Amino acid sequence: MNGEALLDVRDLRVTFTGRGRQVRAVAGVSYSVRAGQTLAIVGESGSGKTVSCRALIGLLPPAAVVTGSARFAGAELIGLSDDQLRGHRGTDIAMVFQDPTRSLNPTMRIGRQITEAVTAHRRMAKAAARERAVELLRLVRMPAPERRFAEYPHQLSGGMRQRVMIAIALACRPRLLIADEATTALDVTTQAQIMELLLELQRELGMALMLISHDLGLAAHYSDEVIVMYAGRIVEQAPARRLFARVRMPYTRALLDAIPSLERPAHAPLPVIGGRPPDPAARHAGCSFAPRCGNAADDCRAAAPPLAEHEPGHRWACWHPVGAKAAAS
Amino acid sequence: MTEAPLLAVRDLVQEFAVRGRGGIKGGVVHAVSGVSFDVWPGETLGVVGETGSGKSTLARSVLQAPRPKSGSVVFRGTDLTRLRGARLLQARRHLQMVFQDPFGSLDPKWRVRDLVAEPLVAYRVGGAAARRRRADELLELVGLDPSGHGGRRPRELSGGQAQRVAIARALALSPAMIVCDEPVSSLDVLIQAQVLNLFERLRAHLGLSYLFIAHDLALVKQVSDRVAVMYLGKLCEVGPGESVYRRPLHPYTRALLDSVPGRAARPGAAAGGAGSASTVISGEPPSPVSPPSGCRFRTRCPRARQRCAAEEPVLRELAPGHAVACHFPLADAGPDTAGQEAVPAAGTTGRSGRGIGEAPR
Repeated sequence: MNGEALLDVRDLRVTFTGRGRQVRAVAGVSYSVRAGQTLAIVGESGSGKTVSCRALIGLLPPAAVVTGSARFAGAELIGLSDDQLRGHRGTDIAMVFQDPTRSLNPTMRIGRQITEAVTAHRRMAKAAARERAVELLRLVRMPAPERRFAEYPHQLSGGMRQRVMIAIALACRPRLLIADEATTALDVTTQAQIMELLLELQRELGMALMLISHDLGLAAHYSDEVIVMYAGRIVEQAPARRLFARVRMPYTRALLDAIPSLERPAHAPLPVIGGRPPDPAARHAGCSFAPRCGNAADDCRAAAPPLAEHEPGHRWACWHPVGAKAAAS
Repeated sequence: MTEAPLLAVRDLVQEFAVRGRGGIKGGVVHAVSGVSFDVWPGETLGVVGETGSGKSTLARSVLQAPRPKSGSVVFRGTDLTRLRGARLLQARRHLQMVFQDPFGSLDPKWRVRDLVAEPLVAYRVGGAAARRRRADELLELVGLDPSGHGGRRPRELSGGQAQRVAIARALALSPAMIVCDEPVSSLDVLIQAQVLNLFERLRAHLGLSYLFIAHDLALVKQVSDRVAVMYLGKLCEVGPGESVYRRPLHPYTRALLDSVPGRAARPGAAAGGAGSASTVISGEPPSPVSPPSGCRFRTRCPRARQRCAAEEPVLRELAPGHAVACHFPLADAGPDTAGQEAVPAAGTTGRSGRGIGEAPR
């Protein structure tokens, strides 16, 4: 499996230092993504899902210390200088963020923002760059692309702005596209449009796609493989369909149970767990989820369970997984 | 008391002037265009809509902040639109609001206990000691520790805790109804579930009614007795939560339901399985400055015909308590509706009439 991996991340760690504190945002994460695959990374705020992805392309503040390994098509990314990373950004790995209004320049016509991305890595005649930009707008199914080319971001709706962001991300034909909460700010009907677009583009262009999201439902629906993160670690990983059919990690179970579902009767209390994720600056022995976990026992507090492949393709980090008895039969 | 609605909104209209270049009047945003509904004591009416549907404007218009352009808002037998000054304040005392961003609605310089007691000060309820006692009581009610959290300032709280403070504050004057505008949208899913359960617990304990506004369908269904679906300033469907979700009558409601990940198709499976009518709705909502003629959804509707452009559909009851504003409602509405041309509702009768959002004339 590692042989065909486009991106192979091994023991990635990110620590922020400042004010005499050390905050471990990502505490040893390993996974790989193949070409054409859609991998979702799911977690709550502060779980390290965004930081771990930004670390890959050097989009973290200087106070961040990144260790471990991330090989993209065999080439190591961690430890590269900013100049060296710039060669990878856009052409190998591109990213789409949550808030398109903050990523787009409000004073610049969107056409120019796309042509800028097109010519960033390749010298090109002005007319050719323009043509390519319109082609990109057409690729992301922008209605009336020639007209939109001359418009400013504020003249577009949220969904159309996100289409522009995707067009910019695709300008240099990346092999891996990371969508970081790319549809979170959008309405449910627009979200469906953008997700369908991303999956179509992935098929057309043969890209690998990483979806970073807090939304387990979205992850389940649109990805092949799901990683669940908690307190800087991967706590469960499985093919999407399998994960939701046979959840093992109590944290994943808690996340799934807490989501209001259309199938639930109204007013039925949602199963909830108390507490909050641990302070990432504090060091503690044992499983980081143990203080909130219904299955927790003494061994959970003594030693952290390693993430291991307990069943084919299904990894989890738990001493007392849910459904263990049912699985034995 | 149980025979009269707690809140009766009729033909509510709210419009805003937009200015073009150089401050010249550019047009009028038709944010809310003739919305009518009732909320009964102890009931939760959920309002679902996308960005720009006018759902937040609806909430604010109910609270007279700012005043609606026309229509009536009768709360506990008094029309709020006809009151001003001290009498409006007095009437609105029992109608409180919880917003999406708790930090935006809590003064960062104040301590939690003072924030919760502030409405009591504003309405001159009790002495300082009594207010303090009441604030501690309220903090406990929403699951916060008065001695621990009471002395903190908003920035020392997590998002979930801050929203609990905002809820405690809304409860200070023992309201009959709380208008909630996206009250849990900024919270992580586990915290969101805790706060939703809190809303439900308070409802049961205090006999509260909610007007619960959100964009998330599943979330609205979770807390609501009845659900209203809003599109471009109008209600397109109102009915008991279960029947709106199981048998949507309006094509827009159906499209919204089909857009929920994991509903149209099973995880990992290709779309178009069992209920293969599921389609991703195309296009963008039209501008509320120039809404389409007739039915406002017709420009995106797969069922639209000529009549939809010519004639505006009004809400009519097709199933008990379940009303829709559509000329060609979804045919599989239920066993009791024969064909597409259902009989318009004759009127609100007894219990079944409770569900209707608009009294047909």
